[in-house]
Amino acid sequence: MSLVFAGVCSHAPGITGRADQADPDVRDRFYAAFNQMRVDLEASKPDAVVVIAAEHFANFFMDNMPSFALGMADSYDGPIEDPGWLGIEKRKVPGNRELSERFIKQVMETSDVSYAEEWQFDHGIMVPLHFLTPNYDIPIIPVNINCQGPPLSPLHRSWTFGESLRAACDALPERIAIVGTGGISHWPATPDSGKINVEWDLDFMDRWCRNDRDALLDYDDLTIYADGGQGGFEIRTFISVAAAAAGATGTVQFCEPIPIFAVSCTVATYAL
Amino acid sequence: MSLYAVQKFLFEINRSEAMQERYTADRRAEVAPFDLTDEEIEALVEPDIGKLFHLGVNGQILMHFAAFHQIDWQDYLQRMRDGIIEHGPVREGVYAVTTPLDEVVAPVHENPAQASRRAGTERRILDENGVGR
Repeated sequence: MSLVFAGVCSHAPGITGRADQADPDVRDRFYAAFNQMRVDLEASKPDAVVVIAAEHFANFFMDNMPSFALGMADSYDGPIEDPGWLGIEKRKVPGNRELSERFIKQVMETSDVSYAEEWQFDHGIMVPLHFLTPNYDIPIIPVNINCQGPPLSPLHRSWTFGESLRAACDALPERIAIVGTGGISHWPATPDSGKINVEWDLDFMDRWCRNDRDALLDYDDLTIYADGGQGGFEIRTFISVAAAAAGATGTVQFCEPIPIFAVSCTVATYAL
Repeated sequence: MSLYAVQKFLFEINRSEAMQERYTADRRAEVAPFDLTDEEIEALVEPDIGKLFHLGVNGQILMHFAAFHQIDWQDYLQRMRDGIIEHGPVREGVYAVTTPLDEVVAPVHENPAQASRRAGTERRILDENGVGR
């Protein structure tokens, strides 16, 4: 089979952890867009969901930091964060070790990746799953792109990695969905949290929807840091999804700033 | 190297409930194996969120550590601002501050009733203190 779904969404911990502190009108429209993404994801009947995340030191640290890593286990634990703080209880999330291994082997044909048989989820995966697979009944293949501990791999490698993910989907009989998660501009976990460069975000999402490779790669980490903050490095996950969608064009279902959630809360999908 | 050790400690405790329990029982013993300066040890034991932010700890690691200590969100943000005011700019790393230190960038949303109640409370406090008469 092949890729049956490709989309991106925000994963900020405030989305679940500080829900009561947001303007309820904007928040509920965002939740509705997230819910519609779940409906569309379910309609694609995926055998597994590849979640491309930009984790925050739940597994990987600067003692041995992979640029690209995939999980290879039958289950994963999360969240690592205090459940009360995140608003999501600790639980086991299903994986599929055998499918992961076949998938990873295919990815390795064209990208150098690490794999991990142990993997704990943080908000970067748990927040999207809270909305997208609320029954935790679809196996997850977690993917991480290092967006936290510089040096970070250049953006064009995230594009190539996305192409490798697509090739792996095409090579397997299973129906695979890909969901990229991250913020666009944001300055998370600092006193700047809530600062959002809306114009920069909308411009990036326009490039993403057009699936314009050159435009998506026309950034470097210095300009991202200046315009989009240290959180902006996470556009790598969106870029990989764009490459995996292989020329498909996208639609933004929702992209509006919710400062107490620290990002332009975003839901967008490609028409495959 | 020292900031690396501080962050390594935080990385490990953030993802290990067993380590969190040991730290809760004896904070100094838990940080002892790490190659830390006295300043760093004190910041981790207290915990001094503002000092850790000033030292350059990645906010993602620090945020999870603050959550473990049951420090609520606005308090966490304020402690970082206070740390910068007291100790100076972030020494290294990419998690810095670009907004004014007296600015609340993302205030908690208030519905009209809450805002009205707060305004009423503020007015009453002003009145009780004889301000604005």
